[in-house]
Amino acid sequence: MTVISSTKNPETLSLTLVAEFDADVERVWQIWEDPRQLERWWGPPGYPATFEKHEFTPGGEAGYYMTTPEGEKPRGWWRFTNIERPHRLEFDDGFADENGEPVAEVGAGHATVTLEDLGGRTRMTVQSTFESEEQMTQMLEMGMEEGMKEALGQVDALLAEHSHA
Amino acid sequence: MVVDQLDDAGIDRLFQALADPTRRDIVRRVTLGEYSVSGLAALYAMSFAAVQKHVAVLERASLVSKEKRGREQIVRGNRDGLQNVRRLLDEYEDIWRQRAARIADILEEEPK
Repeated sequence: MTVISSTKNPETLSLTLVAEFDADVERVWQIWEDPRQLERWWGPPGYPATFEKHEFTPGGEAGYYMTTPEGEKPRGWWRFTNIERPHRLEFDDGFADENGEPVAEVGAGHATVTLEDLGGRTRMTVQSTFESEEQMTQMLEMGMEEGMKEALGQVDALLAEHSHA
Repeated sequence: MVVDQLDDAGIDRLFQALADPTRRDIVRRVTLGEYSVSGLAALYAMSFAAVQKHVAVLERASLVSKEKRGREQIVRGNRDGLQNVRRLLDEYEDIWRQRAARIADILEEEPK
């Protein structure tokens, strides 16, 4: 079991997820640092993410789009507010317009990621906080809702793949 | 609280609570953002005590919740608002669980 725990707090609009991986901290850091690896897991199956910009440095920005099965390309942005390689990473994130510019009315969320060394294994904690209910809804509507349902059916396939790896 | 989980008495409380225009206005306001009881009292041509009574009726009907913060009593919408937030957080939780599964998948591809 990869996901150890998750905590939801409706009052503060936040979600905390703790997962442990069978890889060292340096390796897990790469899945955030390397955009080619990041885009392999950020979007659900059928909704691949493409990171066009990934300035992985404090103050840097990331820009991405997801491609929906209908061919639409909803966009998102990140702004890295803190990067302490390889243990901590924080960024604001939100919805972007066609040109990749943040849509101000929707607001921004904030994510804090920490990686802890468990003697060769890694514990990753992601805390995601939203500014408003509207923002949560908007971000979900980036084609993720449908993809999520699809993805549920693919978890088994994913696990089966593990045993062959 | 969801309507189909209410017993008859609960449904009565709900409808009685919403039968009054001031109470409906309070629900509408506190669903959009929290208010103190005194903040609400300032909005209506009635006494603090009267507003407090309206809030109590809404609270019994599970339409709002009240909490003490210092000397203030803070009123918040308790209806679909939190219900909806919970649903959204559930969806985000699923998204993150699946992301973690995909990360594990990528990490296991390579020889250690």
